[in-house]
Amino acid sequence: MHMVKKDVMTDIYAENDHIADHVNGYLSEKGIYTVNVMGAPGAGKTTTLEQLIKRLGVRCYVVEGDIESDIDTERLRKEGINASQINTFGACHLDAPLLHNAVHAMTFDEQGILFVENVGNLVCPAEFSIGEDIKLLQVSTADGSDKPYKYPLAFEKANVILLSKTDLLPYLDFDEEFFMKGVRHLNPNVPVFKVCGKTGEGYDEAAKWLKERSGK
Amino acid sequence: MHEYPITLRIVEIANQQANEANGRVTGIHLVVGDESGFIGESIQMYFDVIAEGTPCEGASLSIERVRPKLQCTACGRYFERRPFSFSCPFCGGDGRPTKIGKEFYIKDVELEVD
Repeated sequence: MHMVKKDVMTDIYAENDHIADHVNGYLSEKGIYTVNVMGAPGAGKTTTLEQLIKRLGVRCYVVEGDIESDIDTERLRKEGINASQINTFGACHLDAPLLHNAVHAMTFDEQGILFVENVGNLVCPAEFSIGEDIKLLQVSTADGSDKPYKYPLAFEKANVILLSKTDLLPYLDFDEEFFMKGVRHLNPNVPVFKVCGKTGEGYDEAAKWLKERSGK
Repeated sequence: MHEYPITLRIVEIANQQANEANGRVTGIHLVVGDESGFIGESIQMYFDVIAEGTPCEGASLSIERVRPKLQCTACGRYFERRPFSFSCPFCGGDGRPTKIGKEFYIKDVELEVD
C-alpha cells in the first residue's frame, strides 16, 4: 500500500460546456439563433419576450425555465407563440443537459430565434452555459440600482442588457448614473436598452438590435 | 442546492482516477473561486453522502478558495474589490473583471494503491 498524488486539473464545468457546444451546434444547424434570457424573478422577462417577438418578424420559439408551474408557457401559447416548459423542481438555473433534452423534443419547422427564459435568479444562470449564442440580462428599475455591484457576474457575462419598468422611475430612488457606472466597469461595451413593458417604449430599438445581431 | 449535481461530477472524476490506478481515493483537492457560485461547505455536505460505497468513501476534501481580483486599466495591478466600488486602491483607476475568482476545478487527487 502506498499513496500517490495525481494531477487532475479537470474543470468541473467541462462536461456541461461540452454539452452546451453540442446544443449550440444542433440549433445552429437548424438555423436557430439562441438567446439565454436572465434576470431576477419579476424583472419582466416574459413581458419582454412578448414585446420582442411581436416586433421581430421572424419565427420565434420559447423555452420557459421555471422551478415549478407552466404559467408563463400558457400565457405565451395563448398569444400563438410556440412555447415549451422545463421545470427544474428546485434547481435554481438551467444547465446544458436540461436544454439539450428540451430542444430535442421540439420541432423547428423554420429558421428563427429561440428564447430560453432562465429561472428567475441573478446568480447561477450566469454561471452555466446552456448552448446560447447570447445572454440577454433584464434588470428592472424596481430591482434597484445597486445590482451590478451585488451580482457582478451576470452583468459581466451579458451581451445585451434591458433596463425595464422605466415608467416607475418617477416613483423610485433608482440612481441611473450609479447603475450605469457599475455596468460600464463590468462590461464596457454592452448595449443597454431602456424599456417599458406597459407602453412598449424602447422595444423597437431592442428588437432591431437583436434582429441585426442574430442575422435573421 | 445546485452543489448536488456538481458534487456527483466531482465524485465521478475522482472515482475514474481511482479505477484507472486500481486504488481508492483518500483526498481530493478542489480549487473554488468565490465567484464560481459554489459553496465549499455545501459540496462537503453532499460529498459524504454521494461518496458512500464508492472508491471515494472516507476521502478528505480540501477546498482552496480563491478571492476574485480585478485588474486596473490604468496601472495594471490586480486588486480585490471593495463593496460598491471598482476603483483601484493604488491609483484610483478603473478595475476590470479577470478570471481570478471564477476557478472551479479538481487540482489533484490522492490515491492509495497497492
